[in-house]
Amino acid sequence: MTALTHRLVPPPPTDRSAGVWAAAWERLRRDRLGIGALGVVAAFLLLIFASATGLVAGDWQLERGVPYAPPAFAGGQPGGPAEDGMRPARGVARQAVDIADVDPLAPRYAEWNSRAAKIVESRPPPAQALPLGADRWGRDVLAKAIKGTQISVFVGVFAALLATAIGTLLGAAAGYFRGHAGDLIEWVYNVFTAIPGILLVFSFAAVFGRGIGTVILILGLTGWTGSYRLVRAEYIKHAARDYVRAARAIGASQVSRIFVHIFPNISHVILVQLSLLVVAFIKAEVILSFLGLGVPIEMVSWGTMLGEAQNELITGKWWQLAAATIFMTVFVTAFSLLTDALRDALDPKLR
Amino acid sequence: MTSYLLRRLWQMIPTLAGVILLVFVLFRFFGGDPAEVLAGQIADAQQIAAIRAQLGLDQPWWIQLGLFVQQIVSFDFGQSWMTREPVSQIVATRLPATLTVMIPILVLEVLLALPLAMFVAYRRGTLTDRLVVAVCVFAMSISFLVYIIVGQYVFGFLLGWFPVQGWSDHWTTNLVRYAPLPVMLAVFVSLAPQTRLYRSFLLDETGQDYVRTARAKGLAEPAIMFRHVLRNAMIPILTNVAVQLPSIFVGSFLIEVFFSIPGLGREVFLAVNRSDYPVIQAATVYLALLTMVINLGADLLYKLVDPRVTLG
Repeated sequence: MTALTHRLVPPPPTDRSAGVWAAAWERLRRDRLGIGALGVVAAFLLLIFASATGLVAGDWQLERGVPYAPPAFAGGQPGGPAEDGMRPARGVARQAVDIADVDPLAPRYAEWNSRAAKIVESRPPPAQALPLGADRWGRDVLAKAIKGTQISVFVGVFAALLATAIGTLLGAAAGYFRGHAGDLIEWVYNVFTAIPGILLVFSFAAVFGRGIGTVILILGLTGWTGSYRLVRAEYIKHAARDYVRAARAIGASQVSRIFVHIFPNISHVILVQLSLLVVAFIKAEVILSFLGLGVPIEMVSWGTMLGEAQNELITGKWWQLAAATIFMTVFVTAFSLLTDALRDALDPKLR
Repeated sequence: MTSYLLRRLWQMIPTLAGVILLVFVLFRFFGGDPAEVLAGQIADAQQIAAIRAQLGLDQPWWIQLGLFVQQIVSFDFGQSWMTREPVSQIVATRLPATLTVMIPILVLEVLLALPLAMFVAYRRGTLTDRLVVAVCVFAMSISFLVYIIVGQYVFGFLLGWFPVQGWSDHWTTNLVRYAPLPVMLAVFVSLAPQTRLYRSFLLDETGQDYVRTARAKGLAEPAIMFRHVLRNAMIPILTNVAVQLPSIFVGSFLIEVFFSIPGLGREVFLAVNRSDYPVIQAATVYLALLTMVINLGADLLYKLVDPRVTLG
């Protein structure tokens, strides 16, 4: 029922006019907010690249601090976090109570201790405070947040790419080939939109299980309908245009007309839709991971961090919640602003 | 009108068939073996065979599809695999809780977002307008989860204004005691996107010629806003409300999960976690049907709101 008021009017063709993309870049450059957002997103992408290649946060699973070590700027509460006792015993068991009289193993402790002393532990002693604090196992929250950024953005981007690819292919086919093929695709579209989004995601999640690839698959397979709607409308409009008929006249094949001639003319619509989907899917991944339907346990995303943070908050451990929230909010705000700027730059008519 | 209605109802059949087919294919060919889910870990081959026979899983797939259609048409999805509760009863008993939370949310959302959007649209281009839009973009970037976690902590745990979670058997107690916090948080979260959306609907109208005409003849701005712009913007606004309507039956499952509200959304979520296929299938098929009916109702409503609309 959405009225498609989305119309593209290409700039009047002159002999030396800049291309669509060059003109868009020119407009984007003049949008200060947009350039600022682009800078933030680029910085995040650099961070993600560094994290993916293991330059930073590769050791996020290491227990670098004491459990729930507070952030460095908030100062450590002496004695507090260290006595939490939540830390699982590793290696030589800790002696809590002196039960040497009844302990049958007591005579051997000296021997074991001397043998243990020979093993040099290369791990530095756990820190009392970390830049952004530590979680329940003493893992560095900053490293977790960086790794979580990588996973969340990765899922969002690839799910958006998948959804846009499905939507574009089906939309192009349905818009270009009307008739039975188009009707069939319209039917599939109607079926997918008839089911409320949450239930569709749940149904797919119930069947496909968990995992990072699965989340991308679920979001991509359920989220393509919006792009489809837009792309189909664009193809219907363009298929009747003179330049497509001219292409046909010079003998361009159907495939060539769809992808070589029409596609570049609507690619800006797809790009804007893609960035809208990235934001939507990042939010969706966070919720799915929080519910345990998303990334697996051995990975970290903003969603799993928020999931842990829910229980921590009650005991006053606010830093993991703050870190995940700030990272996510900054990225998503910047990306949304960039999307708005991109839309304005690519489609001046919409202003 | 009647012919339009009949044609629309007729067009629903292939879509509904598609929904049934999609759900069937998804769970039959991609889901795990129901017999193994049902029998648990200590099942022997005989038990599994018995369950397969009982569910009709030993039949060829087209007979299973027939059984599935039969279940849908007769409103009898059998029992939940885990709790042995009849699925129809699950839907019937969980729905009131969902509605107790979702109806206030929907009503408050429109009642708050619309005036706010009108105010912002009225002050368009000014600092207030840009500030509100900027705040909306920022507020929308924070995950829904954060609002709920922090809201529950601050208002429920720290300040103690509301119970952190809970639900009773009586709907007035629920509405007065347990619903306010989830409703408040949900409305607060949806206020930013809704305001932004309604603002754009209203601004689409304020650019129209009739607004210029109204100004030219000296009509006061509030009169233009209420008498002309608002009435014309009703169509996209109604569409938006209609789009949201089906979701009040699923509920905001997140709200229900967080506040332990025994509603339909939480039930479906729990069913996903325990691979309780009948519950998910029933919810999906019936809510899809409901969505189609509501969309049809919304289309009919346009005609009432705007006489220019012709149903074709």
